[in-house]
Amino acid sequence: MTSMTMGLATPLAGYLLVAALLFAIGLAGALVRRNAILVLIGIELMLNAANLNLIAFWRFGPHPEALTGMMFAIFSIAVAAAEAAVGLGLVISIYRHTNTAELDNIDRMKG
Amino acid sequence: MSPIFYLLAALTLAGGLATVLLKHLVHAALAVTVAFAGLALLFLQLDAQFAGFAQILVYIGAVAILIVFAILLTHGADLPKEGVFSKTWLVGLIIAAGVFAVLGWAVLESVSAIPQQNTMPAVTVRDIGNALLDRYVLPLEIVALLLTAATIGAVIVAMHEKERPK
Repeated sequence: MTSMTMGLATPLAGYLLVAALLFAIGLAGALVRRNAILVLIGIELMLNAANLNLIAFWRFGPHPEALTGMMFAIFSIAVAAAEAAVGLGLVISIYRHTNTAELDNIDRMKG
Repeated sequence: MSPIFYLLAALTLAGGLATVLLKHLVHAALAVTVAFAGLALLFLQLDAQFAGFAQILVYIGAVAILIVFAILLTHGADLPKEGVFSKTWLVGLIIAAGVFAVLGWAVLESVSAIPQQNTMPAVTVRDIGNALLDRYVLPLEIVALLLTAATIGAVIVAMHEKERPK
């Protein structure tokens, strides 16, 4: 408990803990839900948590004018958008093929 | 820590939790939009205006709409009879809790060793634009190519496939 209050005294630790919790929530969503779309949403939440980490390190790091963390986050947002488009396209394609988006029911590799 | 941070963190985490727990997919999509908005506000709170507005544009403006369209096209609004959680949900929950325990422990143990300054960084959008077209021009071009390829690929993957001869 002492380390908890000590850690939260710095703003960086607060942001990192929020990002860790959001990452865990996204991971839980990707692991416990049956619907493929919800799994993709969980992955998006995990990516966003990583972005929050990058921005927090940029803000509280020693050289914010170098923009490294900021650039990483911006490119990560762009890549995540591409990933969402392809992932949801795949889900729609699988739904057309098997008539379900429930992952437990998609259990064969043969078309 | 300012009270605004606690408010925004609570909003973001509540949105994330609601996403995972809500049964209806459309409700989950709305909840994830709340989580994205909370994250954008957290970015603004971190003086990262450009990233915050990019987050609003890309996630709330595009990804949320895309998710709603995918729900629409896969009839995700109907509740499945077998329930929304997978058979092995307990294992998933344990894995997620373990990951959070390790991450939280690492953060609390190491954060005092990281040097941190608390002055507001004097970075404008003009600086970001200059950096994008100067030092980061190659990644920018690669991302442009990636987005083009991903868009074409998504369209091809989701296109109606022709009846195959069996």
